[in-house]
Amino acid sequence: MHPLIRYVIVLAAVPVFTTAAVHAHKSPSPDRNAQAKAVMEASFQAKGQAGMDRLDQDKTQALCSLHAPAAPPAGAAAKVLAANQAMVKLPSDGKFLGDWKRGQAIAEEGKGEQYSDDPTKPSGGNCYACHELDKQQIAYGTIGPSLYHYGKNRGRSEPMLKLTWSMLYDMKGYTVCSAMPRFGSKGILTEQQLKDVMALLYDPDSPVNK
Amino acid sequence: MRLKIGKLTFWLTIVAGAGTSLAGSLVWAQTAPDPVAEYRAMFGDDNPAVLWTLRGQDLWKEVRGSKHVSLAKSCDLGMGTGIIKGAYAHLPRYFADTKKVQDMESRLLTCMVDGQGMDKAAILKNRFGEGDRKSDLEALAAYVVDASNGVAISLPLEHPEEKRAYALGKAIFFYRAGTHDFSCASCHGQVGKRIRLQQLPDLAGPGKDARDTYATWPAYRVSQGEVRTMEWRIGDCFRQQRLPQLKYGSEAAIDLTMFLAKNAEGGKMAAPGLKR
Repeated sequence: MHPLIRYVIVLAAVPVFTTAAVHAHKSPSPDRNAQAKAVMEASFQAKGQAGMDRLDQDKTQALCSLHAPAAPPAGAAAKVLAANQAMVKLPSDGKFLGDWKRGQAIAEEGKGEQYSDDPTKPSGGNCYACHELDKQQIAYGTIGPSLYHYGKNRGRSEPMLKLTWSMLYDMKGYTVCSAMPRFGSKGILTEQQLKDVMALLYDPDSPVNK
Repeated sequence: MRLKIGKLTFWLTIVAGAGTSLAGSLVWAQTAPDPVAEYRAMFGDDNPAVLWTLRGQDLWKEVRGSKHVSLAKSCDLGMGTGIIKGAYAHLPRYFADTKKVQDMESRLLTCMVDGQGMDKAAILKNRFGEGDRKSDLEALAAYVVDASNGVAISLPLEHPEEKRAYALGKAIFFYRAGTHDFSCASCHGQVGKRIRLQQLPDLAGPGKDARDTYATWPAYRVSQGEVRTMEWRIGDCFRQQRLPQLKYGSEAAIDLTMFLAKNAEGGKMAAPGLKR
């Protein structure tokens, strides 16, 4: 190739690189997560049940971090939403409802999965931390919507039970960047615990529906 | 001083009783729109943190370590050697001697270890006091921050490393991970929310919540009976996020503090504060 032609090609390529650099400054850097993780890897140490693998992000976590506080792009969000929906396992015996009293204890319990918690004990759901559930427990949080009269307002049809089960199991299948943990997909609650929480929401005797 | 401590003990007794009823009495919570604020008001000017501040003052002036020097004669918190007035309101910042951005805690550690020749492992082992085992770092933190009372938080981020720390702090603030998918923003990304009865400040960007929160740390934590610093606060948030343990003086702690401090810019320091 003639040296002059090569020179012209190089010159032509320069503006492309410049534009790319400016653009990267304006939108969230694609490796913002990687940069955060590199710092965190050097800044944390495993303790108790919380190993360093807790810093690894899955696709949902990565997508919802990268653009935050802005919402992720619709196309990528739809894919991750579908992947979370596909995670849901319905109850093996087809029964959605357990014992609402046990469900209430699970809803009150905030411990579970922290390095300060006993890993041999079952985790709580900590529902009251974010949701109003009934009129007895007034020490409830407001990050999530009120669930008072949840079952009373919805009835107990099969599709409705299935929907609620799926939301408890993996809320990211409905609102991709929801603040709510994926209690089933992430193995926080067992199938029986999920049934008990379902009963808390749906049982006519539960304080939620009084 | 004797009188002051006597008065403190009196108030602490009252508050210990109130704490018990706070946990037990839902009725009170129903009638009081912000029980934590009422509870705080009961202390008036009597913040037990004064005990930490006084001990911190002694520690600051004491000749210690293998290098036989006081912090007052050797420690530069960014305003010049020995100067503490206003120092906290301009931290974290870049320090040329360590070539790092440092927050108050990591800088105090540098001063004690490199400046005074004290044993790093021993200081870190005692970083969070408990009962009779008091932390030098927490006492020094109370003393240093007290000297910024009324000073406006200001971080110009002039050094590229300071800008970098802010950007990384922001990335960490929004970084979701762990069994529960939580990031700092899961709890601190909206205005006017609470967890159980505890109000959650919105710390995701500049604003009143960001200013009021940052300006009142370090703080005397009534439920723990100790003065805690921002590094303790951030570390305990990460525990609840189900992440591993945050290392004291680590880059993530400093970067995140930089993000929170910058968002609090313009707020006037009012620490040590008083927290539930």
